[in-house]
Amino acid sequence: MKIINCPLNGPRNSSEFVHGGELREMPDPNNCTDREWADYVFYSDNQIGVITEWWLHAPSGYWFIAERHTGSDEILRTYDPSEIFTKRVEFSAKAESSQSEEITA
Amino acid sequence: MPFSLLKYGLNKDYPFEQNADLPAPSALKSHYDVVIIGGGGHGVATAYYLAKYHGITNVAVLEKGYLGGGNTARNTAVIRSNYLTSEGVKFYSESVKLFQGLSNEFDFNIMYSRRGQLTLAHSDAAVRGFRQRTEVNKHFGGKTELIDPQQIRELVPTLNMNPADQPVLAGLWHIDGATARHDAVAWGYAKGATQRGVELHQLTEVTGVNVEHGKVTGVETNRGKIRCGCVVQAVAGMSSVVAAMAGIRMPITTYPLQAMVTQPVKPFLDPLVSSPALHCYVQQTGRGELVFGGGSDPYPLYSTRSTMDLKESLLAHAVELFPFMANLRLMRQWGGLTDMTSDYSPIMGLSPVDNYYLDAGWGTWGFKSTPICGKTMAGLVATGKVPELIEPFAMSRFDTFRQVNEMGATAASH
Ligand SMILES: Cc1cc2nc3c(=O)[nH]c(=O)nc-3n(C[C@H](O)[C@H](O)[C@H](O)COP(=O)(O)OP(=O)(O)OC[C@H]3O[C@@H](n4cnc5c(N)ncnc54)[C@H](O)[C@@H]3O)c2cc1C
Repeated sequence: MKIINCPLNGPRNSSEFVHGGELREMPDPNNCTDREWADYVFYSDNQIGVITEWWLHAPSGYWFIAERHTGSDEILRTYDPSEIFTKRVEFSAKAESSQSEEITA
Repeated sequence: MPFSLLKYGLNKDYPFEQNADLPAPSALKSHYDVVIIGGGGHGVATAYYLAKYHGITNVAVLEKGYLGGGNTARNTAVIRSNYLTSEGVKFYSESVKLFQGLSNEFDFNIMYSRRGQLTLAHSDAAVRGFRQRTEVNKHFGGKTELIDPQQIRELVPTLNMNPADQPVLAGLWHIDGATARHDAVAWGYAKGATQRGVELHQLTEVTGVNVEHGKVTGVETNRGKIRCGCVVQAVAGMSSVVAAMAGIRMPITTYPLQAMVTQPVKPFLDPLVSSPALHCYVQQTGRGELVFGGGSDPYPLYSTRSTMDLKESLLAHAVELFPFMANLRLMRQWGGLTDMTSDYSPIMGLSPVDNYYLDAGWGTWGFKSTPICGKTMAGLVATGKVPELIEPFAMSRFDTFRQVNEMGATAASH
């Protein structure tokens, strides 16, 4: 079986991992167009080469990042997301506050 | 050896030119009205209908490998139309109808064999889903019924009715379900197209697409540049890679899909049997081998390697369904590349580049649609108007959040 090197648990069987998709920048849901949002949720480069992607080690519930070649399936590097995400990502729901204003009006 | 055979051996004109199925390769011309990228079933079917119905024959089909050597050669040839949405059922039913007449039309046996397809429900939710599919199918002229465990036992006496402790509660019995010789479909279309003047160029890889002022003007290949009026892209697993040459980004992710086949045994299994809950489907070929497959690999990859993991998981489920299979030997395992969309429906029609037409997103379900794809894509190229049957499958549906969801009717049945 293919072995994946988990940054937290070390080398483990690939059956313990779940693929989480390519790492991509999320547009601001409150200000982007429908087309931009559609691009974020549905479209993808899907090319042959090294990609940066999310993986989950399911038994320990740990998400991490891998650099993998989509042609050879070689995993070049795995690392903790803190290397990329240096601060907490907030998901503020701006649209809802304007809705509640309408209701009170 | 009879002496009369000797004259063929000594005759320098034998085999006679008119006996050859495909004309010998010619030089590439500098211009074609239509360039079709991909010589799989879809590509050659499009060329065939362009020539047959629209009299358009200045057409080149460019194939980087050999005719039908991609997914057309690798699929498990399940032909069915028991989908969930009205758009899907209408489209695939037309394809099944065309398939039924292909051997006659080609004067060449594609070994079409109507067996019926049986999908198993192991939960109440699955039974409810089957009920809906039965009604949608009947409404659009398909032959599909919901059947009970007793009827299933009569159809497939060798089936374990309690596989992996998941009792079989009901079955979706699709009488039109069928199979055919996949290679023969590509050969039949290619023969018919080339006889009408279409050129098929194997070992010809498209390496670039030329776009000027938002309109396609030609392609670059390993054998030189070609100018053309329009392009049809039909490259299945390579859809995103080729589209990127034209500057097009697609809502597709490419995953390997594997299948395998056992040694031949006496005929015992007429219908095609599939269990979505066990991620497994099994059928017996005309030669007696058991072909079986499951879902796509768990993560995206451009590789047709076979894995031990899939062998283990798929065989475990196949043996649950048909316990005696444990004594059979596996002959081959192989993989293809599936271009998956998030709604399990194809992407057909116009693209952001003028005169560049897409036939993609065929994932694990595109063999059965080969005839209708060819026919509708040819109609689109000839008239410039999107045929009604494929309007719902426009790539732009993703921009407007109008998916055609066939996931439930596709997983592990193809
Ligand atoms: C294991 C497996 C089982 C399947 N089972 C079923 C099933 O039971 N029923 C069903 O309906 N579908 C099934 N499918 C899906 C089906 O095989 C495909 O959707 C279908 O064959 C697609 O047809 P196509 O002609 O578009 O693609 P292909 O036959 O893959 O043809 C595309 C061609 O494009 C060529 N190409 C790629 N890039 C270039 C380039 N740059 N230049 C020139 N040529 C290029 C390739 O070499 C290839 O020959 C299965 C697929 C697999 C892998």
